[in-house]
Amino acid sequence: MLELNLLLVFMVVGAIIAVENHNLLSSVIAVGAVGFGLCVVFLLLGAPDLAITQLVVEILALVILIRATIAKTVPETYKGRELLAYGVTIIFVLVFGAFSYFALKYLPEFGAPLMKVSKTYLEEGLKKTGALNLVAAIILDFRGYDTLGEASILFTAVIGTLAILRLKGRKQEKETDELDS
Amino acid sequence: MSLIVKTVTRVTIGIIFLFGGYIVAHGHLTPGGGFAGGVILALAYVLYVLAYGEKETRERLSMKWASIIESLGGLLFLFLAVLGLAGGYFFLNVLPKGTPGDIFSAGIIPLCNLAIMFKVGAGLFAVFLVLVTFRVAARKEEEE
Repeated sequence: MLELNLLLVFMVVGAIIAVENHNLLSSVIAVGAVGFGLCVVFLLLGAPDLAITQLVVEILALVILIRATIAKTVPETYKGRELLAYGVTIIFVLVFGAFSYFALKYLPEFGAPLMKVSKTYLEEGLKKTGALNLVAAIILDFRGYDTLGEASILFTAVIGTLAILRLKGRKQEKETDELDS
Repeated sequence: MSLIVKTVTRVTIGIIFLFGGYIVAHGHLTPGGGFAGGVILALAYVLYVLAYGEKETRERLSMKWASIIESLGGLLFLFLAVLGLAGGYFFLNVLPKGTPGDIFSAGIIPLCNLAIMFKVGAGLFAVFLVLVTFRVAARKEEEE
């Protein structure tokens, strides 16, 4: 439990550094530190599936962030409205904190889940699907619809990226088709 | 990139591919699965882009083929889901289960992992390629 709390503090500090830093590269590295901290948290809580996925996605996201966006000149955020922004933020944080305080009281204790539906998964998952990895059994058999939705989300994201960043429409006439192949 | 990076990439890229394939093929037995394995395969190509540049990567896996593979993966996943209708309802595990622990077991789950691998790997690779291309094109515009 102590190492979990330490990791959470580490992640919060990393997130604050990422937001407050003015150097873009340092911010990206701080975001990466938060992601790898989350990976270790998953591992400590006994979720190696999630830890593997978090690790590889974090690496890919870091590479994309550094390689594809870091060289862009980011325009300075406008100044002069800081008082209003801070006020709105504080009010939102207070409202959100109050709501979550009352909502979180109804959650079960940490590490003591309700286990109503998932008990059936654990008991009959191997018999019904034949898969030793119960996570695969759940996401691809019991909850196949969710995975289908997730796949279509990724599909939509790829289509959106290809549509927004395509180069055909904004190409000059003298340029050749080197980017189309 | 320098010669060291290129050589190390050439040596390690096969191992990365093997590891990604292992994660996918054993997705129903050990932690992992189609999503993680697909991202690892995409990372192998991303490493190739970083070391050799995007033009040489396009000769091996062009944007068009990445799109085609991604769509085929999605269609395969949907086909496996519709296959369940033969036994009664959507996403029913109709194929024989086999003995638990074997690599050919668990019905449609390994095939679903395979479909998701194609989808995720090719899709993320296409996104990375588009972002890198966009940056190169933007830099060219600035230079002109």
